[in-house]
Amino acid sequence: MLRPLVLRAAAGVAVVWGVVTLVFLLLHAAPGDPAALLVGSAATPAQIAEQRRTLGLDRPLPVQYTVWLGRFARGDWGTSIVTGRPVRAMLGDAWPATARLVLLSLLLSYALGIAVGVVQAGVGGTRLDTALSAASVTLFALPAYWLGLMLVMLFTYRLRLLPAFGAAGLDAEFLPGGARVADAIRHLALPLATLTIIGVGGVARFVRGAMLDLRGSLFLVTAEAKGLSARRVLIDHALRNALIPVITLLGLSLPAVFSGAVFVEAIFAWPGVGRVLVEAVQARDYPVVLAAAAVSAALVVTGNVLAEVLTGWADPRIRASHAT
Amino acid sequence: MRREAPPGRDPRAVIGAVLLSGVVLMTLLVPLLSTSDPAAQHDVVATRLLPPGSTDRFGAFHPLGTDRLGRDVWTRLAYGGRVSLAVGTLAVVLSVAIGVGVGAAAALARGRLSTLLLALTDFALAVPRVVLLLLLAALWAPSVTLVVLVLGVTGWMTIARLVYAESRSLVARPFAESALALGSGRGRLLVRHLLPNLLTPVVVAAALGVGNTILLEAGLSFLGLGVQPPAPSWGNMIAAGRDALMDAPWIAGAPGVALVLVVVGCTLLGDALQDRLGPARGD
Repeated sequence: MLRPLVLRAAAGVAVVWGVVTLVFLLLHAAPGDPAALLVGSAATPAQIAEQRRTLGLDRPLPVQYTVWLGRFARGDWGTSIVTGRPVRAMLGDAWPATARLVLLSLLLSYALGIAVGVVQAGVGGTRLDTALSAASVTLFALPAYWLGLMLVMLFTYRLRLLPAFGAAGLDAEFLPGGARVADAIRHLALPLATLTIIGVGGVARFVRGAMLDLRGSLFLVTAEAKGLSARRVLIDHALRNALIPVITLLGLSLPAVFSGAVFVEAIFAWPGVGRVLVEAVQARDYPVVLAAAAVSAALVVTGNVLAEVLTGWADPRIRASHAT
Repeated sequence: MRREAPPGRDPRAVIGAVLLSGVVLMTLLVPLLSTSDPAAQHDVVATRLLPPGSTDRFGAFHPLGTDRLGRDVWTRLAYGGRVSLAVGTLAVVLSVAIGVGVGAAAALARGRLSTLLLALTDFALAVPRVVLLLLLAALWAPSVTLVVLVLGVTGWMTIARLVYAESRSLVARPFAESALALGSGRGRLLVRHLLPNLLTPVVVAAALGVGNTILLEAGLSFLGLGVQPPAPSWGNMIAAGRDALMDAPWIAGAPGVALVLVVVGCTLLGDALQDRLGPARGD
């Protein structure tokens, strides 16, 4: 059980390293001189040259790469050009917010999506099935940045029910325990709903397909023939087997979910990695862009490894094949 | 040859085709019929934020209202749609070209090259696409060409995997074997025998990809990293409507609805095509 995990983790590290390298190369291929950018537009050529020397930009590319990679691996990610804060501290503050948002929305969208997909497979071909299919196609087509705005319009502007910005109110620190939790939940509601609504559509579509693919399988016929109720055949036999491709999808869909989170964080000013990334990109804050790209790749890769573990849990055959 | 049911039988294909052709017709015809310039501003104070269905004091009718600069939303929607649809289609064409190339090369090559190409594909699949898009948009000046290139080179992986898997199974089939036995080279085998058989699954994947790509383009423009104002695109129209959500929800509403219609259309068409191929196919 342990060996494949170690291999997967090694592959994950390789992916993050690949992303870091790609980012480094892109940065050097891009037009514009980071040294000139750092010293500002009023700098003399001599100052720019000095800055180039300080940054090590006058050295050969392989040397620069080794030095940069070494610093990056040691956690020395530089300081933000815009805020002047250490990049590592900025991202250290940000990643838990992103992880919380993405994990909760995955949990909710898989729970709801699997339920909808199972209902559809149970009533296959009826009007209810068609209606749910139409709904899930539409939900899945909603752009996160647009759905977020529409929810803000409805729940914040029209109904005045929920806050639209940030993860906590300005006075959150002064609130007593219970009110503080309520405040956090109210702030979480809209970003979470946006990601979940889209996610449910995708998961329901996939689960329905995976369950229908099993139609006519001999083990389902057997289960029926030995007198099990339709519900037990559906849940204990069809769903259990359909879960394997669904969990694989969970791993594969992580980059997409993270992408959705980037837009949602930008809209709701959610203090996560996505918002840091978008703001850094808009301000051309290169050190932050670099590190945020690496951290998001790391988050996605970690999620992929976890999905792999889950597949082993859902399908004992996979565990068995690893053991031999 | 397998006989297939005519596509007209599948309601999803019909609805998808109607949605897509409706939007395409709108983007083609509205600029011909409407005299208003999508970027033109007349009397901003008198014509701004008019609700849908109103006529301004110069007698111009605005079926979807006007934005905060008094520009006609319906006209901008059509012009923006041209950009969105063109960018989405061109980027997917690029993705398909790269994906078919990489996938077929990995299937036909032996040994290291094949392993390398597959590892490259897996690596590219694990990178969060939006992060790469944001990065590229940050490093180079935003332009329509850049958006097409960037979306194209970040979207080929699923096609490559599909083409690889399909090619491997096709190469083992008797018709490919007999082509090789008759002395056909690998290049000829690919072009004359494999590609025609790959066409349908690739078209399905491309149809599903167009919708997704259009959403991403609009997302980039929404963040100010894609199509630049005053040129209209659905993404920057939504961004512009963000400040007027309270007074004029139609500015952000209309392009969002258009996006959903296009994506639903692509998905339905893709699903219908996929089912015609047989339930066991697809990724």
